[in-house]
Amino acid sequence: MLSKNTKEAFLNPLNLNNPVLVQILGICSALAVTVQLKPALVMGVSVTIIVALSNVVISLIRKSIPMRIRIIVQLVVVAALVTIVSEILKAFAYDVAMQLSVYIGLIITNCILMGRLEAFAMTNSPMESLMDGLGNGLGYAAILIIVAFFRELLGSGKLLGYQIIPESWYITNGGWYENCGMMLMPAMALILVGCVIWIHRSINEEKK
Amino acid sequence: MAKQFVCKVCGYVHTGDQAPDVCPQCNQTNCFEEKKTKRFSTDSNVYTIIYATVLVVIVAVALAAVSQALSKRQQANALLDKQKQILVALNQDLDAVADPAALYKELCQDTIPCGETEAYVFNIEGATKYVLRLHGQGLWGGIGGYLALDEDKNTVFGVNFNHEGETPGLGAEITTAKFRDQFKGKHIKDASGAIRSIAVLKSGKAAEAGQEQVDAWAGATITSTGVSDMLAANLAEYAAFLNEGKACKHACGHDCENQEEKEVTDVE
Repeated sequence: MLSKNTKEAFLNPLNLNNPVLVQILGICSALAVTVQLKPALVMGVSVTIIVALSNVVISLIRKSIPMRIRIIVQLVVVAALVTIVSEILKAFAYDVAMQLSVYIGLIITNCILMGRLEAFAMTNSPMESLMDGLGNGLGYAAILIIVAFFRELLGSGKLLGYQIIPESWYITNGGWYENCGMMLMPAMALILVGCVIWIHRSINEEKK
Repeated sequence: MAKQFVCKVCGYVHTGDQAPDVCPQCNQTNCFEEKKTKRFSTDSNVYTIIYATVLVVIVAVALAAVSQALSKRQQANALLDKQKQILVALNQDLDAVADPAALYKELCQDTIPCGETEAYVFNIEGATKYVLRLHGQGLWGGIGGYLALDEDKNTVFGVNFNHEGETPGLGAEITTAKFRDQFKGKHIKDASGAIRSIAVLKSGKAAEAGQEQVDAWAGATITSTGVSDMLAANLAEYAAFLNEGKACKHACGHDCENQEEKEVTDVE
């Protein structure tokens, strides 16, 4: 059903060419939204949708874009899409819009978007661009979820807001356990991303 | 219009209606190809400027249309959200309420304009409660909320906080019941009746004499300070309303009192 190119466009960014792990893009938002799992999930889904949509739009008009202002055109398209999605969320899913709050605006500045538009959508067909967008968005979301999983579990003892580590374990309740406050700090996200990159590289090293 | 033909071998350009059979330069036969002139170049200045203009106009129209089409729904959502927040401040369990808007309508008695802001009068199980609107600054953006007071305009009945983008797990925890419940039963005035607000302080620190305090959220110092400052600043805005003995139905504060005084002086 899908041609080899289209399949690769989708699968590569999930692992071998992951935008966060290999290209080290989108790190800033990975720090901001990974304290808890829920915002990380929402952010991952939003970025996936926006990258896929903007990739398709740019790919459709790629032949008409004047080369000298292509970055501006890409930026305008992304900003317009993000604003429209944000407006639609506010009208039909108010709670989600409030949950995303400032992060939805930050999607515009996510380097993965500009990276994919410039590197892929400008030179490829809409179908391939769609798959590339989905792949990159999901690759980004996967890393956010891994990092947020550890940060929320070790930092707050919760997952998706539900208490996982029994209350009776905590020192305040006479137990022996204490949450790792370090996990709530932005620096810990970088360290965790570093660890994931380490594991990812060593696995791929073996494959070679 | 004359066409242009280029020799594939030597690059000789012939201008005319038909290609010559033999190239005059290299003497090859059948070597001419019509030169296709591009109708426009996507790199020309004119094209670039027109493209940018058209793109911006299309995007502007699209955004304006979306905004117009959805604004009613958004406003309804924002209003419902505000009503829900006020109901939470009034200790209503939203999970048990099927229609928050109807409940709000049932409980809300009056809205009193108060300078640039307003106070809301509620009737909860026969008792009058006042709800004040709060807005302030957290770490990353604005924070806000609603403070519900008992009829004495002193004892806190309940409070609700919201925020634009405080850190999840830290500053954002001001919205949790664990943080909010600390405020219940605290007093915003001291024994003499002066407005002192409620301090949000790290455990171990003591508030000034006459001021009651709650614990700050660990790891969210700036957001906690923001809540503290927000309470102090907003209660000062409501000072006229809070110092009145009974609810003034027209507008809280100076207007009402001054008018009464004026009337008195007029009589004299």
